[in-house]
Amino acid sequence: MTKMHVKLNVNGRAVEGLSEPRTLLIHFLRENLRITGPHIGCETSHCGACTVDMNGRSVKSCTVFVAQADGAEITTVEGLVNEDGSLGVIQEMFREHHGLQCGFCTPGMITRAHRLLQENPTPTEEEVRFGMAGNLCRCTGYQNIVKAILASAGKLNAPPSSSEAVGHEKVKAAE
Amino acid sequence: MIPAGFEYHRPTDIASAIGILQQHGDEARVIAGGHSLIPMMKLRMADLAHLVDLQAIDDLRGIEIAGGEVRIAAMVTQHEMITHEGLGTALPILREAALQIADPQVRYLGTVGGNVANGDPGNDMPGLMQCVDARFELVGPEGTREVAARAFYEAAYFTARGDEEILTQIRIPLPAPGNGYAYEKQKRKIGDYATAAAAVLIGHGTASVAMTNLADTPIWSEDAGTALADGDVEGAVAAMLGAIDPMADNRGPVAFKKHVAGVILRRAIARAQQRAG
Repeated sequence: MTKMHVKLNVNGRAVEGLSEPRTLLIHFLRENLRITGPHIGCETSHCGACTVDMNGRSVKSCTVFVAQADGAEITTVEGLVNEDGSLGVIQEMFREHHGLQCGFCTPGMITRAHRLLQENPTPTEEEVRFGMAGNLCRCTGYQNIVKAILASAGKLNAPPSSSEAVGHEKVKAAE
Repeated sequence: MIPAGFEYHRPTDIASAIGILQQHGDEARVIAGGHSLIPMMKLRMADLAHLVDLQAIDDLRGIEIAGGEVRIAAMVTQHEMITHEGLGTALPILREAALQIADPQVRYLGTVGGNVANGDPGNDMPGLMQCVDARFELVGPEGTREVAARAFYEAAYFTARGDEEILTQIRIPLPAPGNGYAYEKQKRKIGDYATAAAAVLIGHGTASVAMTNLADTPIWSEDAGTALADGDVEGAVAAMLGAIDPMADNRGPVAFKKHVAGVILRRAIARAQQRAG
């Protein structure tokens, strides 16, 4: 099959490559671009370990052909660190609240949580669970992931000076 | 996981898309959100030489509520239906059902047109569309025609759509104010197709009832609707149980599915009646 010239914007950087249209976006990211945070946990589009942000939507990159994604703006977990290279708020809250163990679902979880909190900055616990339902985790039992996301919401909504305190209070309330 | 190779097309208007379908016949298929087709391709259960991506066709986007009906273009996603300002008020059953379909990621890409055109009896929108008496607009080389949702489904993966036709739009008459509605779905977990699901619309002396994944097509039962309009809930349930034809699978044996169908339908009716005013 004819290869096509694919252009994407990934984590704010213009990238391009030659690829068969059938190549799945997850393979293009991992194998062509060496962006190996997004993972593959299934072949039936259930697990969400491959979740990336594409044009402002959470998508499972195992269920998008690179041909469909040509021209898209993509953010992966690698793009969610702060400018100085330190952990972003959601990443930091997953660490602080033990929202990961093996870490295999974590890039998809964090990328999905990023979009969820953009759309619903103050979710309830129930909304977090429903909003994260496309992401499976084998290790955590989800409880601490929920805490991490609620804590992130608190931090992201707080005025910069008092962000620490508000984040902790919101988590205490959730517990 | 690894699909077979194909040539990729991204036309920007409907006529060009149909032209590509005509040129390649059986070898070509349209791709909408891709969340049924790509999984099938990854399992090599679908093998197509040409994929015609509809994402760049502006005419296939948008929701309009006017003239007593809702018009939803085929490439509108589940997420767009859920978040649309007016749709939740005009036709709340659609939002209620869409929130029970798949998961957030799938709803960002999966489209209403793909859901209804797919032909998998597990999809939720087909039964819903039969309940609300939707009409599907099909555009092909011969022009445009409309098919009622109630006449569209022939068997699993077989519909009234011709190979060179594209389902472009869904038209739904707005239910009268005060109509009650419910979409009730029993499933094993998030993202699962229904063990049984029921769509019910009721009010002003009329009623309409359809069920999902209990036969090789959605089932709309005229007798069930007539009985329910007369206030005969048990008659409606009996008529529907006579119309379905479930198959045993890992969601359960036939007797269980018939039992669940009755339970779910009664719940849907009760909720719809409660909402009718």
